Amino acid sequence: MSELRFDDVTVRYGTARRPFTAVDGVSLTVPAGQVVGLVGESGSGKSTLARAAVGLAPVHSGQILLDGEPVPRRGRVRPLQMVFQDPFSSLDPRMTIGESIAEPMPPGPSRAERKREVQRLLSLVHLDPVMAGALPGRLSGGQRQRAALARALAGQPKVVIADEITSALDVSIQGAVLNLVRELQRELGLSILFISHNLAVVRYVASHVAVMYQGQIVEQGPVSEVLVAPRHDYTRELLAAVPGSRPSPQAHPAATARSSS
Amino acid sequence: MARRWMRVLRTPLGLTTGVLVAAVVVLAIVAPILWGDRADAVDTDNILTGPSAEHWAGTDGLGRDIFFRSLVASRLSLELALVATVLGVVVGLLLGTAPLLVGRRLGRLVTAGVNIAVAFPGLLLALFFAVVFGVGATGAVLAIGLAGAPSFARLVQTLVAGVASLDYVSAARVAGVGRVRILLRHVLPNIAEPLVVNATLAAGGALLAFAGLSFLGLGVQQPSYDWGRLLFEGIGTIYVNPMAAFAPGLAVLIAGLAFNLFGESVAKGLGVTTVGGVPVLPANDAKRSGAGEDEHSTADAARPSPSDLVLDVQDLRVSFPGADGPIRPVRGVTFSVRHGEALGVVGESGSGKSLTALAVAQLIEEPGHVDAARLDFRGEDLREGPRAHRHLLGTSMAMVFQDPMTSFNPTRRMGGQLAEVAVHHQGMTRKQALARAVDRLRAVRVPDPEKRATQYPHEFSGGMRQRAMIGMGVMGNPSLIIADEPTTALDVTVQQQVLDLLQSIRDEDDVALVLISHDVTVVGEVCDRVLVMYAGRIVEDLPADQLDGGARHPYTRALVAAVPDMHTDLEQPLAVVPGRPVDPADVPVGCAFAARCPLADDHCRAVDPPLAPVGDGISVACWHAGEPLGLDEETGELMEAETV
Repeated sequence: MSELRFDDVTVRYGTARRPFTAVDGVSLTVPAGQVVGLVGESGSGKSTLARAAVGLAPVHSGQILLDGEPVPRRGRVRPLQMVFQDPFSSLDPRMTIGESIAEPMPPGPSRAERKREVQRLLSLVHLDPVMAGALPGRLSGGQRQRAALARALAGQPKVVIADEITSALDVSIQGAVLNLVRELQRELGLSILFISHNLAVVRYVASHVAVMYQGQIVEQGPVSEVLVAPRHDYTRELLAAVPGSRPSPQAHPAATARSSS
Repeated sequence: MARRWMRVLRTPLGLTTGVLVAAVVVLAIVAPILWGDRADAVDTDNILTGPSAEHWAGTDGLGRDIFFRSLVASRLSLELALVATVLGVVVGLLLGTAPLLVGRRLGRLVTAGVNIAVAFPGLLLALFFAVVFGVGATGAVLAIGLAGAPSFARLVQTLVAGVASLDYVSAARVAGVGRVRILLRHVLPNIAEPLVVNATLAAGGALLAFAGLSFLGLGVQQPSYDWGRLLFEGIGTIYVNPMAAFAPGLAVLIAGLAFNLFGESVAKGLGVTTVGGVPVLPANDAKRSGAGEDEHSTADAARPSPSDLVLDVQDLRVSFPGADGPIRPVRGVTFSVRHGEALGVVGESGSGKSLTALAVAQLIEEPGHVDAARLDFRGEDLREGPRAHRHLLGTSMAMVFQDPMTSFNPTRRMGGQLAEVAVHHQGMTRKQALARAVDRLRAVRVPDPEKRATQYPHEFSGGMRQRAMIGMGVMGNPSLIIADEPTTALDVTVQQQVLDLLQSIRDEDDVALVLISHDVTVVGEVCDRVLVMYAGRIVEDLPADQLDGGARHPYTRALVAAVPDMHTDLEQPLAVVPGRPVDPADVPVGCAFAARCPLADDHCRAVDPPLAPVGDGISVACWHAGEPLGLDEETGELMEAETV
């Protein structure tokens, strides 16, 4: 169990003359063994923040700390792992599921041990261990996302970043992946930064939530507080936009239309 | 992989050129061994003779047989071409992958260098190198190889950049995999196919280039000879013995064509399939397709009078030809939409919901086939084909698609694109139509519509584009809007605005709405009535307010329970539908949902349940409709209530 801390992190793209600040002085803590939800619209910088943490985006200023130490960005041991949004592009189509999962494993163990570990991880994410030999093309979207989770876990991460991992999936499959995230978090005591644009999803998996808007965090706190008594306008707007959560008279104008006709 | 290469060989062109390439290679190997002596045999009695029974293509200045010399020359010609190609490919690969390996700044320098080199004409480079390296075979190999390298490097760069931006490469970087290893494990295998194809093409090109250089006297020098050299020698005596030039010329032509066409057919054969290996469709039982023909909806009695209906669909079927008999993604769908009604259609990907909408809008293209017992839109029979009703469809039915970016022409201004509808279908002048377009943009709450109408689609945000798309739909006076996943690509807040917009258009103008979505909560919020589709059939037809608690079909109930909302019990797992959706090419006998249903018994697996009314305005196709269901506490999988 480890704590991930973003300390006044700024990420800038573009040239020095025309800089574009994607993340603007964000401070955020993912406490050890907790799930923190990060919500915001597309372009708000939430994915960029995640990519900066794992070294896929350049940090302009500020620090990203894991248990007080800077996150290692070089070498074979990466205590921070990420699961990507689109399970159709996050697995190499030419590598078997087993090979993909074995990739982030720290060096050392023998081939047989690795194979056993792959089997263990597959059953951990409720996939049939024989899937280790299959190519991703054979798997459904939900199964691929499970495999992607297993790969992230293979790196023996202290913190996992899940970037919109359900938004490319059908809602019927989304539920299964969310169940799995909760189960893994409970069993393994993982710290997770869970990025989503859907507040209902975040409410279901996270204990804390941070709301990002135009590169800045505008509100953060325990889910029970932020979602019940939002203080920032944008949070209120997000809350109002969750399907099925609208105030009742406005909720079904269809019903009034029907009764009047 | 091997299967796909086999597929290339199964095409007539692929097979012919493949055999030809193999023949040329075999010839190059065996010709010098078999006929080397005869090709070099000097026959002073027969100098510069024409074709004869002894010398098929005549003889050269030393009386050597030109036919055999042409055959033997294949070794050197091919060798040189291949060495030059390998040289070009290796240098190209090094330069092309350099940006990935050496870091951003140095990589940019390499890219710039390659870009400049590409701009030089290849033949000019070859001539330049030929002068630098001296006249002869070595110089020519270096010249042609290096001249081919820049374009290959450019190709590699483009391919590498495409793969390197994909998530699985990011994932490997996050996993701590080194750059070289990423290149070898992830990038090169995924770009290998286009590279092989292009290398084959390059070999053909090199063959021709060598012939050209040797012909000019810059390539192979005596006493060695390749086709170009023979051609050079033959051309001098062309009036005496045309065959002396014709034989090596024909050899160059055949070999060059073989390589080029083989490369092309491989490119074509591999290009049409997507990377990743699409699973082969399982064998389809043709007899099965007849099942269920006789099961029409029994809801006819409850049907409102036809004049009420905007859309009346009965037994709609869509089929596509497949490798093993027709694939039927929509199998007998019956529904109707009243004036001003909002009908939701939900189901997972592949349930046939989008195809149903496209079939209604007459947008299914060949080779797809639409069939229906009735397909009436505002009293007109649409089965006569889209041509007969172009005007009606253009003005009275509006389609809104998931991705508005691909629905607009990126090179034309928004106002003009909207106006086109009115010019074509309502006979307005250009000016009137533009005014109407601005008015409609205002109606869909696009701010500052006068200015927006002069902008291009890329200047609109996703939500704004979707509004404009709806605006285009209401250019006429539609009585039906079909919206296919209109908000799936949008953020939740924007999604809400678009749904509100659809709602208000509906209220103001009494427009009927068919809203297709995989998200049952979205549909439940906007619609009066919901159709739940599974495997190309409607499995439940119910009022939207019955979704939560009133649904009878186990699939509907699972869909509702699978989506978390702001009141979901945090202690319980979300509902999970185990198993996979039905493959439309292989629909099982009986209830299509049986394999994933906890309530299914032998009867379900044998007989497909018809859609039948069960009260409360609900129709359901299930033998066990409404029987209690529970969720597994651990996994969230559906199960029979008793076992919980």
